[in-house]
Amino acid sequence: MLYREAGDFKTTYKADSQTFPIAFDRWRYWAVLAVAWLVIPFFINDYWANAILVPFLIYAIAAIGLNILTGYCGQVSLGTGGFMAVGAYAVYKLMTVFPDVSMLVHIVLAGAITAVVGALFGLPSLRIKGFYLAVATLAAQFFLVWLFNKVPWFYNYSASGQISAPERFVFGQAVTGANTAPAAQYLICLLFVTICAILARNLTRGTIGRSWMAIRDMDIAAEIIGVDPLKAKLTAFAVSSFFIGISGALFFAVYLGAVEVGEAFGINKSFLVLFMCIIGGLGSIFGSFAGAAFLVLLPVALKVLGADVLGWPTQIVSHLQLVFVGGLIMFFLIKEPHGLAQLWRLTKEKLRLWPFPY
Amino acid sequence: MKDIADSHVTADGRTIGGVLMDMRGITLRFGGVEAIKDISFDIREGEIRAIIGPNGAGKSSMLNVISGFYNPQEGEVWFRGEKRPPMKPYQVARLGIARTFQNIALFEGMSVLDNIMTGRLTHMKAGMLAQAIWTGKAEREETENREAVERIIDFLEIQAIRKTPVSRLPYGLKKRVELARALAAEPKLLLLDEPMAGMNVEEKEDMSRYILDVNDEFGTTVALIEHDMGVVMDISDRVVVMDYGRKIGDGTPSEVRNNQDVIDAYLGVAHD
Repeated sequence: MLYREAGDFKTTYKADSQTFPIAFDRWRYWAVLAVAWLVIPFFINDYWANAILVPFLIYAIAAIGLNILTGYCGQVSLGTGGFMAVGAYAVYKLMTVFPDVSMLVHIVLAGAITAVVGALFGLPSLRIKGFYLAVATLAAQFFLVWLFNKVPWFYNYSASGQISAPERFVFGQAVTGANTAPAAQYLICLLFVTICAILARNLTRGTIGRSWMAIRDMDIAAEIIGVDPLKAKLTAFAVSSFFIGISGALFFAVYLGAVEVGEAFGINKSFLVLFMCIIGGLGSIFGSFAGAAFLVLLPVALKVLGADVLGWPTQIVSHLQLVFVGGLIMFFLIKEPHGLAQLWRLTKEKLRLWPFPY
Repeated sequence: MKDIADSHVTADGRTIGGVLMDMRGITLRFGGVEAIKDISFDIREGEIRAIIGPNGAGKSSMLNVISGFYNPQEGEVWFRGEKRPPMKPYQVARLGIARTFQNIALFEGMSVLDNIMTGRLTHMKAGMLAQAIWTGKAEREETENREAVERIIDFLEIQAIRKTPVSRLPYGLKKRVELARALAAEPKLLLLDEPMAGMNVEEKEDMSRYILDVNDEFGTTVALIEHDMGVVMDISDRVVVMDYGRKIGDGTPSEVRNNQDVIDAYLGVAHD
């Protein structure tokens, strides 16, 4: 009954265009933030951090990044894995070359480097769209993985060809390396998720977000209204890659600690993040979170249900996971192409009228 | 060339100024097809200028030349007393030329408000970083432009649908939202490609009234393509008539109506 906009009159345009126009939503948003920042860090353990929360947060950043490009600007990209690898290798090089600089700076710089690389690979989007662009970004994916495998400078000539994160500190707390506390892992990811989500929301609700969406919906009309397609598409690629680079950096440095590029950042990763965007909802920041949560939680939930509760062999359970996820993606594409975010929106619209839906 | 300073007041009290846009000897070819053949005409400040002609006459191509989609092979486009070099459409938009499309070209995934706000794009200057942090400047700019948009929403009487996604609107309202989006740019020259196509009589009357009001209240120069002769003859100050890519008539509605070439083009002529 609290979910109402009736009686909540907006008297300024600022109030009218805020992110959560309904008071209940605003409270829920602050409550989620408060729990995430003030409660979870005290209760988090190794299992929750490594199996659920840290991957969820990192994938949420990647999904926000891809959603900006694909959901808001309409440019399909299959290069996410490659761009995450750029972030990972950038942060690795920065960490080893400048060991004394704060990890926070390194991660942001890794994002910036990825943004430049992303804009570079976004250049073909000025000429081609749709499937053809997807194939062009696929080329980026394979090229980048090949590059990081072939050029030893990127992995500091290590014998295994892997990169592994040395121990680095933020405010005296180890955030990378073997001695990192789960809470530290979680908090640094949460910090970047919070910042990225707010930045993404601000960008997408302003002028630049509208020019992205205009390009997505009708590029000819966008141009006639004054959108420079070059600028709009390249900024979308750059901003999207910035977020994806940050997520790649966190994925390597904070989550895995050591990666082999083809395994960690292969084409599978590109598809996984794309599925998160599709299932969560293209063109929605909330959808990025929902999609990331869904695809991180689903395998865990299936594993707990199949292996621990029902006692099935783990192999069968892991195969069933694939079948199940594939089936769900098809189900979503057919039944709700706008994803979980749209289901959420519909629920909210119903709630507004509840219990008198007329 | 006509005298730029030559301005006059119409019977209904509007001031028609000097030449705003001057098309000189425009020829446009697609491969071997000549869509527009050596056409010259001008559009004066403050007037409603209609371009009419049978299907395939090259009217839409003409509009596309004005809005920068096509660059003509021959001829010059003069805007506000300056020769316009070949430009991209978004650059033309920044000169102050806005348009609507024959088939509605709204951004279907966005709300009415966002669609119209997109029309303000050429007026918004905040950089990407400022927007990302949503600092004072970006927020202030958003609010100021929202005010401008709300004036247009009031003007076109679409307050009730401002938060509705465009894809849910009926045809007539979409046409109106598209007009709103073009108006939001505060253009000096507004191009309308068949603003009344597919409308019923009442909707046509509404649209005609809006076009006249836009012209009267904002002083916007309007160039429009329309097939409904009744409407064209009623609202326009001067009419260009095209047929097979040529200009066959140019003048006030009554002059055009009595032009033998125009009558032949529309009614057909006996080939003996």
